[in-house]
Amino acid sequence: METILNILNLSKTYQSAGRMLTVLNDINFNITEGSTNAIVGPSGSGKTTLLGLCAGLDRSSSGSVELNGINLGNLTEDQRAQVRNQYVGFIFQNFQLLPTLTALENVMVPLELRNEKNIKARALDLLDKVGLADRGHHYPSQLSGGEQQRVSLARAFSNAPKILFADEPTGNLDAETSEKVVKLIFDLNKEAGTTLVLVTHDLDLAAKTQRIIRIKGGKLISNEKTING
Amino acid sequence: MGIDPVNYKRKINISWLFNMAWRDSRKNRSRLFLFISAIVFGIAALVAIYSFRYNVQNDVNGQAATLIGADLSVSGNKPAEPKLKHTLDSLGDQRSTERSFASMAYFPKTKGTRLVQIRALQGDYPYYGTIETTPESAGTAFKKGQTALVDKTLMLQFGVNVGDSVRVGKELFLIAGTLNKAPGQSGAMAGIAPVVYIPMQYLEQTGLMKIGSRVNYTFYYKYNHKVDMDKLTKKLDPVLDKAGMNYETIEMRKENTGRAFGDLGRFLSLVGFIALLLGCVGVASAIHIYVREKIASIAIMRCLGVKASEAFLIYLIQIVGIGLIGSVVGAALGTAIQHLLPIVFKDFLPFTISVEISWLAIWQGILLGVIISILFALLPLISVRNISPLNTLRISFDEAGSKRDPMRWLVYLLIIGFVLGFTYLQLDSWLGSLFFTLGILIAFMILAAVAWLLMRVMKLIINNGWSYLWRQGFANLYRPNNQTLILMVSIGLSTAFICTLFFIQSILIAQVNLSNSGNQSNMILFDIQKSQKDAVADVTRKQGLPVLQQVPIVTVRLEQINGKTAADLVKDTTIKIPHGVFAYEYRVTFRDTLSASEKLLDGTWIGKAEAGKDIPVSVEANLQKRAHLKVGDKLVFNVQGVPMPAYVASIRKVNWGKVQTNFQVVFPTGVLEDAPQFQVLLTHVPSNKVSAKFQQAVVKQFPNISIIDLGLVLSILDELLSKISYVIRFMSAFSIITGIVVLIASVRISKYQRIQESVLLRTLGASRKQIFAITALEYLFLGSLSALTGILIAVAGTWFLAKYSFEIPYAVSFIPAFVLFLIITILTVIIGLLNSRGVLNKPPLEILRTNA
Repeated sequence: METILNILNLSKTYQSAGRMLTVLNDINFNITEGSTNAIVGPSGSGKTTLLGLCAGLDRSSSGSVELNGINLGNLTEDQRAQVRNQYVGFIFQNFQLLPTLTALENVMVPLELRNEKNIKARALDLLDKVGLADRGHHYPSQLSGGEQQRVSLARAFSNAPKILFADEPTGNLDAETSEKVVKLIFDLNKEAGTTLVLVTHDLDLAAKTQRIIRIKGGKLISNEKTING
Repeated sequence: MGIDPVNYKRKINISWLFNMAWRDSRKNRSRLFLFISAIVFGIAALVAIYSFRYNVQNDVNGQAATLIGADLSVSGNKPAEPKLKHTLDSLGDQRSTERSFASMAYFPKTKGTRLVQIRALQGDYPYYGTIETTPESAGTAFKKGQTALVDKTLMLQFGVNVGDSVRVGKELFLIAGTLNKAPGQSGAMAGIAPVVYIPMQYLEQTGLMKIGSRVNYTFYYKYNHKVDMDKLTKKLDPVLDKAGMNYETIEMRKENTGRAFGDLGRFLSLVGFIALLLGCVGVASAIHIYVREKIASIAIMRCLGVKASEAFLIYLIQIVGIGLIGSVVGAALGTAIQHLLPIVFKDFLPFTISVEISWLAIWQGILLGVIISILFALLPLISVRNISPLNTLRISFDEAGSKRDPMRWLVYLLIIGFVLGFTYLQLDSWLGSLFFTLGILIAFMILAAVAWLLMRVMKLIINNGWSYLWRQGFANLYRPNNQTLILMVSIGLSTAFICTLFFIQSILIAQVNLSNSGNQSNMILFDIQKSQKDAVADVTRKQGLPVLQQVPIVTVRLEQINGKTAADLVKDTTIKIPHGVFAYEYRVTFRDTLSASEKLLDGTWIGKAEAGKDIPVSVEANLQKRAHLKVGDKLVFNVQGVPMPAYVASIRKVNWGKVQTNFQVVFPTGVLEDAPQFQVLLTHVPSNKVSAKFQQAVVKQFPNISIIDLGLVLSILDELLSKISYVIRFMSAFSIITGIVVLIASVRISKYQRIQESVLLRTLGASRKQIFAITALEYLFLGSLSALTGILIAVAGTWFLAKYSFEIPYAVSFIPAFVLFLIITILTVIIGLLNSRGVLNKPPLEILRTNA
């Protein structure tokens, strides 16, 4: 299996109240293409920061992030935006749908950015897959939390990403809805052959992946295969 | 591993950007329009003024001929010499002559007297347009008999009608018609110098054409065929110049009138521009908050692969779109408003103004609106480029980062450059534009500094010892999303502007009133012949009035300065003496002492001339500067044909503000006593009744004497100033409305910001009354402090204008300023509370749901 994400000696420090704060310290791991992975750790351990760096949303202080063979450290913010548009999908804890766009338009945005054809049909197809074919014209504020997260899923898969980053995807959902959303994530992931990187503190959810990367206090504690691995 | 190449150089898809801008604006359009409504009134003011300017220009072009009434007019203040007379008689196919001068008119029916402008007319003037009279035929018929046309305001004032009579000098004239409008005269001018037309053939009989009378001689010419006026006037110019006469053609009147109203238009455009700038401050602040609210959406877009430039363009398109709508609405409103302008300006224009839609003005207004919305929105908008996609995970708007953005400085520079450039286009003077821009900039900076200080001070002084309501109310001034800066700037600037206008107006009026107070002279009798001197003084004293001053006046011309004559000026262009110094007819006096209003600046005052020697004269400082004179310079005066060698013995500074006779040149005694002269007598009349009685007595006995009643002049001036201030108030209304709109917009924006915490407070149990008090305290403090700062800026600005622009003593009245302060403060609180009533009146959950 080929490596899609290679993290090498990654550190992130912030200037806070006049002193340097190390959030991530010398992290090393890699993720193979098509695998499912979970980054777990207690609150404040640095897992969201790690996700941001892996997905090219932020720059590291030292070390490197190589996504699909591209060293993100060498790219400008606009170039990283291009990489994200081409290879990355996102799912957020608070859904992060554009509030002024309908569900369908939200799903269409990544495709429109790529100037693709048959955008509407493809977006409708994705909405259909997440069970929201008839809610495409609704605005996010008119949808429930679970529905919003399903739209977010459809959007994440719309650009056929090589890697999908999910930040606490069930954090804002009730147990029943969470279960449905998790099933959808894994099903769609399997169908599309996408690599999945989940950030969660829900160990049951993490256990559904093939590998669990544990961090604590900004350091990598373990990187182990699960029974699915 | 097969790596797909990343398309880093993806082209920007413009149609998608427009599509996104449209989609993104969906739920914010009413708010966006609220932001942009701030510029609507500024644009409306400018479009109205521009349209008015273009219409005036068109009307001037169309009506210039009727303004002058002839193809060519030649005028001077002395009779033409025989040689010149010959030239003048050879001009034109039809000729008319007019002599005009100030004199008293006496209405026997009501025994009223007033100083008027007598115009004695001969010939068929006007050749273009008419002398507008009631009945219409009187305009031409009056020349046939001993009849007169009397200005309508004069007829109303003295209660006389057509068929009554008016006495001019020694002659009685039957009033043939009411003069509604003399060619080229505006309503305001008619108020100052009402006209009485009489036929020229009766002028001599009036006995008013005596030596020393200030008569203006005008010759009107009409050509029946086309004549090259440029060529003709080029030929005439040196001849007329030498004779000290002026000429005017239709083309020249076009230019002069156009220029004069161009100046008015430019001034009013600046007033409109201030309204627009004020609105722009509102736009900048609103967009700043709008962008803050959009951080999450922008971060999501960035996450999905939208470039920084694309995100920036999406919001720029929204601004351009909404700026365009605002400008179009403003332009439509301005076009409607321009229908009001002819009513506002009717007293100042000597012609009828047409009201037509000016597409040029509309396009200019729209373009200006779009440019200025972009420029001011750019300031907050450029920060869109710096919003990180990381905000999807954690919201943190890095303000420090955007402040370091060098683009900010470029935008500041663009804004200042634009204001300077636009002002230059209006004023046509870089210095004036620089002062205007600097003034605005300083006012902005002072208000911003006060806002900043306020926030700092509040942060420092608020402590737990204060009651909760006071703490909360004042803390709102510095907490995140506060409106302190925008409200300070918008309210402060509007207040400063309105207050300055008010201060300047009252200073000007006070300056005039000052001259009328105390025992200062308030009535001037002039054109008193030497032989009438003692008799007039007697009449004055018999009426119980003081003879405050009796001054002889001799008319002289300056022929030479250090041997140089007017002819030398033509030959030698290096001589710096302006031609007018020689052409001017000086009215001088002679006395042996300085008057109370004079101060010696240089040289020695010599009160008595020595026989056989050059005459030592004293020159007033302004004339000395203009003619480049110094003590000791040799002069030759022409006193009624007699050359008189003189020299500059002293330079005097004269306080022209005092109502008394002041002179540019004062001769010593012992020289002009026997020269042809007239006298001026100054007295003080205590009331209108005494004034009327005294005037009747004088005019009855001495019909040649003219009287200026300062009380009347003051009331006319007051009326004129009221008219001017009405125009200014009309224009400044746009700023006031804009100020209110900005205030409403700012408060509404802050409502969106505050709603969450107000709801939270209510959820935690705060009563309606408590929230009301917190809001009222915040706006009370903001309103009062910004109004106070605005008034202080106005005080400083007025001092600057009074000292350097109007050159009048500075004094401001604080009571009206205090009233303005109260009005603005109360208005701010009311608007603040009205906009917060949603939070006050509805249950918290309902508000949370509607604003979710």
